[in-house]
Amino acid sequence: MSSIKLKAKVEGDTVEVKALITHPMETGQRKDKKTGELVPAHWIKEIIVSAGDKTVMTANWGASVSKNPYLAFNYKGKAGDKIKLSWTDSKGEKDSAEADAA
Amino acid sequence: MKRRTFLQGTLAAGAAGLAVSAGLLTPRMVMAEGGGAFDAKTLDDALKAMALTPEESKDITIKAPEIAENGAVVPVEITTTIADAKEISILVENNPTPLAATFILGEGATAGASTRIKMGKTSNVVAVVKAGDKAYSAKQEVKVTIGGCGG
Repeated sequence: MSSIKLKAKVEGDTVEVKALITHPMETGQRKDKKTGELVPAHWIKEIIVSAGDKTVMTANWGASVSKNPYLAFNYKGKAGDKIKLSWTDSKGEKDSAEADAA
Repeated sequence: MKRRTFLQGTLAAGAAGLAVSAGLLTPRMVMAEGGGAFDAKTLDDALKAMALTPEESKDITIKAPEIAENGAVVPVEITTTIADAKEISILVENNPTPLAATFILGEGATAGASTRIKMGKTSNVVAVVKAGDKAYSAKQEVKVTIGGCGG
């Protein structure tokens, strides 16, 4: 199952992109309550969102973005645009999802 | 490839760009490979690492709660009417590493972004907008009743 829920809603000449990603976003500064040991850092570093062949948003993140992060923004676009979101995290893991603007 | 374009586009004018072209810094050191601005421990150091000296602006709107009951999930929305805004960064002054996120606006993107961030304690949330070779900032205090870092 994809880690990403991606929606792209057309309003007039803009498209609202909303994404919810399942990810622990560990800072590396939090202690495990049971063992008292630091939980290793693990967070999404980069998100790239494209519409067709255009990159509409690049997000560089630190570890202080919340767990299961949320991202929303708008761009000038139209219904039928092929939206693709991909992320890469600090361990080099990746995932991507696609949606059509509607 | 995209990273390279971004580096050339955004850093060429700044001091960091000079350092890169002079071979003093590799792009990797400048960019957020778990390093650079995202590792900075204070707001000033983060801005220095980003090579930004923002001036305060009323044209940036920060939508964040005045009081956040749960510091682990603080919704923040930044919008700006500054022309030619290219990058929007969110920094939390009192977090161990203040820089939370940088949004690089691509082709056609309207000047705004929303996300949710963690806040360790009550702090100013600072939004920095880069437009052309200038940077602008605005801030809003968010009171945190339960911190979002640590268990």
